[in-house]
Amino acid sequence: MSAIEIHQVWKFYGDYPALRNIDVRIHRGDCVALLGRNGAGKTTLLRIIAGLSRPSRGEIRVEGGAVRAPGAKRRIGILGHGIAIYDELSAYENLRLFGAIYDVPDPKRRAMEWLERTGLDRVRDGLVREFSRGMRQRLAVARAFLHDPDVLLLDEPFTALDDRAIAVLQSLLKSAREQGRTILMSTHQLREALELATRVILINRGAIGFDGDRTQQMLDEPAWLYRRYGEGG
Amino acid sequence: MNYLRAVATIAAKDLRSETRGKEGINAALAFAMVVLLLLSFAFDPSGEQAREFSGGLLWLVFAFAGTLILNRSFARELGNDCLDALLAAPIPASALLLGKCCANWVILCALYLVCLPVFGVFYTINVAVQIPGLLVVIALGAWAITVIGAMFSALTVNLRLRELMLPILVYPMLIPALLGAIQLTTELLAGAPIGGDNRIWLNLLIGFNVIFTALSVFFIETVLVG
Amino acid sequence: MRQKVIYVLCGCGALVIARNLYVVFLQLPDERLQDSIWRIFTFHLPAAIVSMTGFAIALGFSGLYLWKRDLRFDGVAAATTEVSFALALVTLVTGSIWARIIWGVWWAWDPRLTSYFICLLIYSGYLMFRRVIEEPETRARLSAVLSAFGFVDIIVVWKSIEWWKTLHPGPVLSIRTGGGRIDPAFESAAWWNVLAIALLAVAFVLIRMNQEQTRRELDAMRRLAHVM
Repeated sequence: MSAIEIHQVWKFYGDYPALRNIDVRIHRGDCVALLGRNGAGKTTLLRIIAGLSRPSRGEIRVEGGAVRAPGAKRRIGILGHGIAIYDELSAYENLRLFGAIYDVPDPKRRAMEWLERTGLDRVRDGLVREFSRGMRQRLAVARAFLHDPDVLLLDEPFTALDDRAIAVLQSLLKSAREQGRTILMSTHQLREALELATRVILINRGAIGFDGDRTQQMLDEPAWLYRRYGEGG
Repeated sequence: MNYLRAVATIAAKDLRSETRGKEGINAALAFAMVVLLLLSFAFDPSGEQAREFSGGLLWLVFAFAGTLILNRSFARELGNDCLDALLAAPIPASALLLGKCCANWVILCALYLVCLPVFGVFYTINVAVQIPGLLVVIALGAWAITVIGAMFSALTVNLRLRELMLPILVYPMLIPALLGAIQLTTELLAGAPIGGDNRIWLNLLIGFNVIFTALSVFFIETVLVG
Repeated sequence: MRQKVIYVLCGCGALVIARNLYVVFLQLPDERLQDSIWRIFTFHLPAAIVSMTGFAIALGFSGLYLWKRDLRFDGVAAATTEVSFALALVTLVTGSIWARIIWGVWWAWDPRLTSYFICLLIYSGYLMFRRVIEEPETRARLSAVLSAFGFVDIIVVWKSIEWWKTLHPGPVLSIRTGGGRIDPAFESAAWWNVLAIALLAVAFVLIRMNQEQTRRELDAMRRLAHVM
C-alpha cells in the first residue's frame, strides 16, 4: 500500500483542464519535490490530496483510505500559502485547538512541547496578532507537525520564511524523513527542496512531465530539469 | 473525535474569538440600538397601534442585527487561510457548520436579551408579561437566523461582492421564520400565551428550523469542498 | 441541429399564439362580470403555470448536476430559471394590471401575489449570485445548492403566507380561482396559451443554453491563454 495513490486524476475548471490524467504512486518514506511553473497545477494537486477540493475525475487514496474520510485526514499535515492560525487566539490556544481537532492524546502537553521546539514557549500566551512574521511562520510549522502526521503536504513552504523559520522547518523535515514519513512538497526554492528530496515530479501544464529519483545532477544544476522536461523556460 | 465533541470544540473556538475581539458584538449591539431608535421615529411608540407592530418591529431589529453577526461567521476563517486548515482536519464539515451555529446562536440570544428590555422601555411595553413563551420564540427565531446566515455565509465565502450578496439572499429566505416569530411575538407581548390559534406559527418556526438545519447539514460539504 | 429545433419551436409557438390571440380577442365574447380584462387572464395563468413548472424543472437539473457533475445540466438549470423568472415577471405584471381593473388597486397583499413576489426575490438573488461567480464549476455547484434552498423556501413561504392571510384576512376581495366556474371555451383558450408559452419557453431555454456553451468555451480558451 502506497502512502499516496493518485489514480488518473483530472481537474477541470469549466472546460479547461488544470490537471490531466495524473497517475502517481507515492511510497512511504518518499520525500517528493513537486516542481512546475506557476499555473502548472501544483497547488491544485496538493489541495485535492489534502481533501480541500474534489477531482473532476479519478480518485485519491491516502494510506489506503479515501482522502475525504477522517481516518486519512488525521494522518495528513498541511502547510499551505496561508499560515492557518488564528490571530485572536494565543499561540498556546491555537496549538491546543488543533491538537484537540486532530485527536492528539493530551493536547495541552503536546502544545507545550511544540511551543518549545519552535522556540515560542516564552510567548505562549501572547496573541498571534501581535507576533512578528517569523514567529507566526514558526507557529504555523508547529501546527502542521503537531499531530505527528504520517504524510506531510507542503505548498511552497520555504517561500517567505525568515532564516530562523527555514532552519526550524528544514530540521523538522529532515527528522521526518528519517522517521520514514512521506513528504510531498511543491516548491520554487529548488536548492532547499532538492537537498531534502529523494524523488522529483515535474508538472507541465497539468500533466506529469517527469517522475524519477532525485539525482546528483539535479542538485548541481537545478535548472536542468526545467530545461529538459519543462516547456519554454 | 466524537461528533458532539467536534461541534463543541468549534463552538468554543468561535465563542472565544468573538468575545475576545468584541468588534462584532459591539457593532451589532450599536446597530440594533440605532435601528430601534430609527423605528421609533417611523412608528410612534406611544400610540396604541405600536402594540400591533411590536412583534414586527422587534424582529426587524433582531433580523438586521443578527445577520450583521452571521455574515462574518465563515468569512472570519478566510484570514490566514484558516478555513483550509479546518477543512483539511478530520472534522466533518457538518460539525464545523453546527459548531459555528451553536456559537453564533448563543451570541444572538445574548444580543436579543439585551435588546428586549430596551425595546420595552422605548415602546412602553411590558416585555415580561409572557416571558417563558417569549424566550422560546426568541430562541427559535435566533436559530433560524443563525442557520440560514451561517449556511449562506459559507455559500458566499469566496465571492467578491460578498457583503452585497448576503442581504439579497438571506432576507427573502428568512421570511417564513420571521413571519412566524412576528405573529407569535405580537400575541405574546399583548399577553396571549402560546396555544390554540398561535400554535400554527410555533409549528412553522420549528418546521422551518428543522428543514433548513437538515438541508444545511446535507449540503455544507458540497458547498465548502466540492 | 439545435438551431433548427429552435426555429421550429419558435415558429410553432408563434403560430399557436397567433391562433390564441385571434380566438381570445375576436372569437370569444366579453365575460359577464369582468368585461374585456379577463382576456389578460389567458396569459396570466399560463405564464404562472409554465414558470412554476420551469422552476421545478430547473431544480431537477440542478440536482442532476450535483449528481453527475456535467456542466451541461447546469446550463439547462440556469437557462430554465432565467426563462421562468421572466415568465414569473409577466405573471406578476399581468396580475397587477388585472387587479388594477378589477379591484382598483395595482397591488394587494393577497397570498398568491405576495408569495409570487417573494419567489421573484429569491430567484433574482439566484441570478445575481450566478453573475458574481466566474469559475464555471464553482458557479454550477453553489447555484445548485442555492436553487435547492430557494425552492424549498418558496414552498414554505407559500404555505406560511396562506396561513397568514387566512388568519388575518385583508379587505374582502373575491379572488377568482379560475376553476370550475369558467366557461369551458375560456378555459380552453387558457390551456392553448399554456402550450404556446411552453413552446416559446423551451425555445428561449435552448437559445440561452447555446450562450452558456459559448461562454464555457471562451472561458476555457482564456485560461489556456493565461497559462501560455
